[in-house]
Amino acid sequence: MLRVNNLRTQYGPIVALRDVSIEVGDGQIVAVLGANGAGKTTLLRSISGVVRPAAGVIDYDGHHLQGLSAEKIVRLGLVQVPEGRQIFTQMTVLENLRLGAYTRRDSAGIAADLERMYSYFPVLERRRNQIAGTLSGGEQQMLAIARALMARPRMLLLDEPSLGLAPLIVRDIFQNIRAISEQEKVTVLLVEQDASAALSIADYAYVLETGRVVLADRAQELRQNEAVRRSYLGY
Amino acid sequence: MVRTRALAIQTATVLAVLGAVYLVLFILKLAGQGQTFALQQLISGIAIGAIYGAVALALVLIYRSTDVINFAQGEMATFCTFVSWSLITQNHLPFWGAFFVTMVIGAILGALLQKVVIAPVENAPVLTVIIVTLGLFEAFNSGTNFIWQSQPKSYPTPFGAGNVKIFSAAIAKSDLGSLVVILIVMLLVYLFFSRTRLGLASRAAAQNPLAARLCGVSVSAMLTLGWALAAAVGAAAGMLVANKLTLDPNMMIGVLLYAFAAAVLGGLDNPVGAVVGGFVIGIIQNVVVGSDLLKGIPDFVAFLVIVIALAIRPSGLLGRQVVKKV
Repeated sequence: MLRVNNLRTQYGPIVALRDVSIEVGDGQIVAVLGANGAGKTTLLRSISGVVRPAAGVIDYDGHHLQGLSAEKIVRLGLVQVPEGRQIFTQMTVLENLRLGAYTRRDSAGIAADLERMYSYFPVLERRRNQIAGTLSGGEQQMLAIARALMARPRMLLLDEPSLGLAPLIVRDIFQNIRAISEQEKVTVLLVEQDASAALSIADYAYVLETGRVVLADRAQELRQNEAVRRSYLGY
Repeated sequence: MVRTRALAIQTATVLAVLGAVYLVLFILKLAGQGQTFALQQLISGIAIGAIYGAVALALVLIYRSTDVINFAQGEMATFCTFVSWSLITQNHLPFWGAFFVTMVIGAILGALLQKVVIAPVENAPVLTVIIVTLGLFEAFNSGTNFIWQSQPKSYPTPFGAGNVKIFSAAIAKSDLGSLVVILIVMLLVYLFFSRTRLGLASRAAAQNPLAARLCGVSVSAMLTLGWALAAAVGAAAGMLVANKLTLDPNMMIGVLLYAFAAAVLGGLDNPVGAVVGGFVIGIIQNVVVGSDLLKGIPDFVAFLVIVIALAIRPSGLLGRQVVKKV
């Protein structure tokens, strides 16, 4: 579904991504692992059109994404849950969810999806008129994911969903991601520092180091890989 | 529930300040002028306060969505008011026809300005943007002078001559009519932002542009919309106050000053605060003008009140206190 070829993205003179190639197949969950500063967020920003790549091709279902505006890419069915949640903290939970559905006009479909989001995340229904900024970290992450799903995406990009969350919550969130991916038939590309959480649900994974792909393999192979275990899994 | 409680506290704070100010000033001008007078001043204050509030609203709309203080807001409104004057006196349009047409023209003008003049300096230093809007101020003021000349013109009112009695006080029909219309305009703006999909997107674009883009909202289109709306509101304010102030190129300069004060008093990021601030200042101004003791210095007293209020609560009466999480 998504094929990134030889992507180079730079911020002025600083090259954040160097010749990065990644592939995500239909229905898969693919993880990109790496430490801080490895280029993971830049990769997702390049795909989502927030940042314009200097070179390379991003092919999504036959569309070339490089150079397209972020708004256009959302309308193609590719939606990102950004780093740090980036929910609208001054608006209510419901308003946040409605904004997720901004690109859609089918009010019946939107209402049905809202119910479905509430069934995935009951806490959001309980707090639907509450100001989003008052939610806990884990609840905000659920809201961010639900908001993205309200756009009925075919592919979801997740930027460090574990950031700032307690380990138990992280486990919950990741199991949710897996379940949702299967039920909604959404392809997932997620970037993470928390390698063990990511590898627990991914089918395939890449490892990014200072802007380059250094390893690529099926998730269960990477879990056994000596280098990965030492550097990213801690044992 | 959290939201309504916070709102209740804010409203109570505002009412308390309003009440305290009014009480102090009322006591100051006791000199036997009595209840009727106080009521009279209160009503006139509300009438002009609504105009200050509307222009303040326009300022806040632009500031909130584009982080720009539009110094040219008043001059744009004056320009539009002159346009409506021409439509009425030369093209013989009826008042309300000219009113709506001019609001549309104002909106288009605002949108064009944002796209052509403001957007290119989006990422420039703040000082650059300030100078650009000051330049617009000059351009509009001179342009208005050039096209329509500087002699004051009388501007019609659709509400007829004469006064209306409210209890023991009298208010000019034109003032009352203008007050009602401007309140309707402000209500419509409120409904737009709180109830419509586009209004929601516009708020989102102002609060978190990155997240808004990731929801498919075109932030640049929302910026343009903000300017268009603000210009239309400003034009409405100009057309509704022109009869009272008489129409000349410098008509809105004084109004703009008070509108700024109102916006700052209410909290620059808060549209409701801007409107409330407008009323507070309008009332203070009128009560002071009516007072024997203070009537020579209405401006001073109004701004003194603002300084005191901001000293107590720097983010403005209804502004959001920004707490940065470290």
